[in-house]
Amino acid sequence: MSITIRTPRQFAPQSLAKKARTLCVIVTSLLSTYALAEVGPAEKDELTFGFIKLTDMAPFAIAYEKGYFEDEGLYVTLEAQANWKVLLDGVIDGQLDAAHMLAGQPIAATIGYGTQAHIVTPLSLDLNGNGITVSNEVWEQMRQHIEMEDGKPVHPISASALKPVVEEYAARGEAFNMGMVFPVSTHNYEIRYWLAAGGIHPGFYMPERGDNSGMAQAQVQLSVTPPPQMPATLEAGTILGYSVGEPWNQQAIFKGIGVPVITDYEIWKNNPEKVLGMTKEFTTLYPNTTIRIVKALLRAGQWLDANDNGNREEAARILSRGEYVGADYEVIANSMTGTFEYERGDTRSVPDFNVFFRHFATYPYYSDAIWYLTQMRRWGQIAETKSDDWYIEQAKSIYQPSIYQAAAQALIDEGSMTATDFPAFATETGFRPATDEFLDAVLYDGQQPNAYLQALEIGLK
Amino acid sequence: MSNTAESSSSATPQTPQATKWYSDTWTIPALVKRSVRSWSLSFIGIVTFALLWQGTANNIDTSLGQFPGPIQVLEQAKNLYSEYGREQQRRVDFFARQDVRNAALLEADPNADVRIRPYTGRPTFIDQIQTSLVTVSFGFFIAMLVAIPLGAVCGLSESTYNAINPIIQLFKPVSPLAWLPLVTMLVSALYVSDNPWFEKSFVTSAITVALCCLWPTVINTTVGVSSVDKDLINVSRVIQLPTHTHILKIVLPSALPLIFTGMRLSLATGWMVLIAAEMLAQNPGLGKFIWDEFQNGSSDSLSRIMVAVLVIGFIGLILDKLMLALQRYISWDKQTVLR
Repeated sequence: MSITIRTPRQFAPQSLAKKARTLCVIVTSLLSTYALAEVGPAEKDELTFGFIKLTDMAPFAIAYEKGYFEDEGLYVTLEAQANWKVLLDGVIDGQLDAAHMLAGQPIAATIGYGTQAHIVTPLSLDLNGNGITVSNEVWEQMRQHIEMEDGKPVHPISASALKPVVEEYAARGEAFNMGMVFPVSTHNYEIRYWLAAGGIHPGFYMPERGDNSGMAQAQVQLSVTPPPQMPATLEAGTILGYSVGEPWNQQAIFKGIGVPVITDYEIWKNNPEKVLGMTKEFTTLYPNTTIRIVKALLRAGQWLDANDNGNREEAARILSRGEYVGADYEVIANSMTGTFEYERGDTRSVPDFNVFFRHFATYPYYSDAIWYLTQMRRWGQIAETKSDDWYIEQAKSIYQPSIYQAAAQALIDEGSMTATDFPAFATETGFRPATDEFLDAVLYDGQQPNAYLQALEIGLK
Repeated sequence: MSNTAESSSSATPQTPQATKWYSDTWTIPALVKRSVRSWSLSFIGIVTFALLWQGTANNIDTSLGQFPGPIQVLEQAKNLYSEYGREQQRRVDFFARQDVRNAALLEADPNADVRIRPYTGRPTFIDQIQTSLVTVSFGFFIAMLVAIPLGAVCGLSESTYNAINPIIQLFKPVSPLAWLPLVTMLVSALYVSDNPWFEKSFVTSAITVALCCLWPTVINTTVGVSSVDKDLINVSRVIQLPTHTHILKIVLPSALPLIFTGMRLSLATGWMVLIAAEMLAQNPGLGKFIWDEFQNGSSDSLSRIMVAVLVIGFIGLILDKLMLALQRYISWDKQTVLR
């Protein structure tokens, strides 16, 4: 369609020969466009998606509110779920057609840690967006061990500042409890990474001995709390800190009950976060529906990142409605609009705190899946050492870039996106370049998971 | 409450003064005076309560902001109502868009499979109230279908009563929250159909309600049926009434006041149980509304929860008044003081 609009402008200054050549190009591209863009009507058009009340569910809310789902002929109902376990079970038993999932959930389900089911990921939803918060009391004690500049702490704050506090608790014989949202959640691996990088042992899972508490040898005991309940649990004193997605870190500041110490952006720059999770069965039974869902969510992601986060205020307004995240607009806007408040009043600019589209955020990279697999091995959720090939094979059965590419191509052909919005599909291997942009600067290369595990000091190899 | 107690005690003709007052009771000025008195007392009660509430609320700071007083609650009640209005508008828009899309589909292909899909938006506060009301009525209805016959059998036959009584006593004190996981699993296992009439969550809530509101009616019906006036029973024996006539004409009418007392208790229990069940099982309804608001943790959440609390109380009151009216209508003995 867009081609017919552009044509007159393109023709005007050109010679006849050039005109003819352009015409040929247009005709051929039109033909190939037609062949590629043909995503048939959705096989299943009444869908129910599950989500957890976190700001990174935004692509779902935006795709609904902006009518992107309806543009694809999909009639979607969005349902908030009580916790990650309920959400995963909903997808497995078919009550939910797809869901806003933790990146670790499809991986763990497919390799059979926890619940066994083949869940796949055709689309990543966002990068970053989490943080670690400690209670006011712990913060006061930590603060003495943090380097200061102009009366403000120097970020990123290493967990080594927390170590003396943890040791003090241990000396008194008290447990140091912290919360995270799910055993295979990004938040669990992030807080473990942070603790371990600061020399604190977060404990092992030992499924081979039937011990799935993740507390063997732990100096800090991590337990599961659903995200929206984090602030209340911290306030009740059950936990002394937590690792969770937004808005629940900023909520601690607003409620005056805790202080966010680090964001996941500082733990691993541009780390993959939530994904779209659905059963393998769904994608094979309803291939067109799957592609259309991905298309709608890609458009939503693009809208969220458009004009240098220019739409974020409107997004925060939408998310603050009771049926989505429901927290106050100010709390959601704090992180959604590219800032992050650490101590009260210490607001810093973190433009990439929530990334929904740029940096190819939505592409399902195999290397992302493999990083999660290495962390599952590191903390014992995968009981024995596996070969590099095993890691790559698992990643390829869970992450489905082919669906993503079909959806992206359809959007390019429709003219609503351009090829530069996406990685070059012809040459894309599915592995991000090796990176050392971690808090502790350990090099991660997705092709060599075992070498990476060797390089990490604390943890199983 | 206090004014009804007062008027009924002064209505007892025991002393000469009381007799005189009694004869005055039905004159117009006395009636006006009494109702003005009772209304003004109720009004004073409510205003005092609201003032006390506002005063205390202003002094309580929670991590979700100040505890809501009546003013904030009223404001949120208005908000909830206007949200309902907005959602209705969205519903209309949704169907309008769908019509346009369907028309386009039909134009492109006259044989296209075109359907009207149900609205995909979220349930509003008003929708949640409706869901809760339907659920509680359904659960209560099931419970009564079982409870009244069971109670009647227990009341008529001493041996049945002895056999069943331990079971009643055992299950009567069980909290709805204990039943809920069992009911949920049973419903998912047994209620399987390709084209179900009701949602599973609806069935789960309704059965939990039924299990919990069964007992007051069973016990009261038993007592009512077994304590029928001996004279009436003797009359029935003398004129040799057939069993079904005996039950219909003698036993049930005499037992009716107690059966209704049981039913009113049951309905009140059912309403309380339902809110708890919806909250825990995340089944649609007012309980879920409260839980969602709690999870949202916004600065309006507490006021919204308070609106729900008041609405729950008000609906409970109306349900009770309805049962009372029904009892007045059905009962043969119009003289009994019912309250």
